[in-house]
Amino acid sequence: MEVHRHLDEELDTLRDTVLRLGGEAETALRRAMHALVDRDVTVAREVLEHDDAVDALEVEVDRQCIDIFVLRQPAARDLRFVMSVAKTAPLLERIADHACNIARSAIDLAQEPELKNHIRIGEMGEIASSMLAAALDAFTKSDANAAREIIKRDAEINDLYNDVFSELIGMMVTAPATATRDARLLLVAKHLERIGDYVTDISELTVYMAEAAIIKHQRGSV
Amino acid sequence: MSTPTVKMTPKFDIRNNSVPKLRPAKISVRHLNFFYGRNQALHDISMELPERMVTAFIGPSGCGKTTFLRTLNRMNDVIPGTRVEGEVLIDGESTYAPGADVVELRRKVGMVFQKSNPFPKSIFDNVAYGLRINRLTSTRAELAERVEEALTNAALWSEVKDRLNSSALGLSGGQQQRLCIARALAIRPEVILMDEPASALDPIATSKIEELIFDLKKQYTIAIVTHNMQQAARVSDFTAFFLLGKLIEVNTTETMFTAPEQKLTEDYITGRFG
Repeated sequence: MEVHRHLDEELDTLRDTVLRLGGEAETALRRAMHALVDRDVTVAREVLEHDDAVDALEVEVDRQCIDIFVLRQPAARDLRFVMSVAKTAPLLERIADHACNIARSAIDLAQEPELKNHIRIGEMGEIASSMLAAALDAFTKSDANAAREIIKRDAEINDLYNDVFSELIGMMVTAPATATRDARLLLVAKHLERIGDYVTDISELTVYMAEAAIIKHQRGSV
Repeated sequence: MSTPTVKMTPKFDIRNNSVPKLRPAKISVRHLNFFYGRNQALHDISMELPERMVTAFIGPSGCGKTTFLRTLNRMNDVIPGTRVEGEVLIDGESTYAPGADVVELRRKVGMVFQKSNPFPKSIFDNVAYGLRINRLTSTRAELAERVEEALTNAALWSEVKDRLNSSALGLSGGQQQRLCIARALAIRPEVILMDEPASALDPIATSKIEELIFDLKKQYTIAIVTHNMQQAARVSDFTAFFLLGKLIEVNTTETMFTAPEQKLTEDYITGRFG
């Protein structure tokens, strides 16, 4: 039937748009972490300059969701999909914002002597990036089991954050001259920890989309 | 210990303790089969309609939803060659039992049809009709009181109180349909069956009927057949999906429209049927 074909096309377009937004967030995070670890100011500036395009994509997802809600009145699995996309888009945009903040820290840190001990922040970045990629993959496939596995991995980032936090505070005490740089790295670690939370939220939305089960705010139930 | 996951049923969310106590069944249908001659139109239908709640019947044309609605007050009896198996219980009493009082059943279970069908009489006489033939009032004052009560409950009184003696045929389509609802309410039924009551009405008149249904359910058990799924979603507490004479799924309306349990229901609700 004609109406279904239009709706299917609109849902496909929406899926493409949110995945483009997801791809932008992934790229921003990887490039920001590269800029930080390799002290590449040029790449850090490119991440910041590209953020307007990410914001525009989020607005585009909003527009498409509103159109589908108003014009198609989706129900059941369609409703859950559009609802999940509408809630996922701002999370992706915020992940890109955190990537921008990491890029800003990368620019600031590149002006100062290098600190050698932030290897574990690089590790946090790797975990956050791979979680985000896996979350987008699970979202695309509407794979609730994969999404549940990703949610479990948030603990890895949280544990690393706690370790990095203790180390950096310790360094501030023992070597006050590096305190400013330690503080900047602490902020980077916090951004990565927040990204882990957003990836968890996206994965919870995937479970809702696939199974209509609400698992947020119910840690231990994934 | 893991917490159980919660199905998306906003008004019935167990976490915020908002689960309404399911009211007792006003109507219980058990293993109902219905035949038009040799053609079986309903297959082994069992369901309950809780009292003072709205239950919507949805499904494609020919799925049996109107036939099912009409079995609830034995309206199909007037069609020659029809046959019923199984039970319909209202307040626990079988309506198809030998000796069941059909006139009393239809007093208890009123009906509103797709096309408004006022009699070519005055507005007053339309509403008074059932009261007069059933001799339910003893004085003119009491009759007038019951007519006013019915018109008020049908949200029509303020629009017609100054022209009660005018012909009902002069009312708009939406007003005629509310007049038919008033006519059904006048004899103080306990259940109201509505067969696509708003399908011929414009959005404003439809919205008045839907608001009326919302008000009426405080007092009456309502069953409504509708082709308009958004209408089912707006007005009903429970939705039943019929297909090819079978009841595929009955669930809370929230569940039906967010996470139906049957794939056939999901395909129908999302418009991907067939």
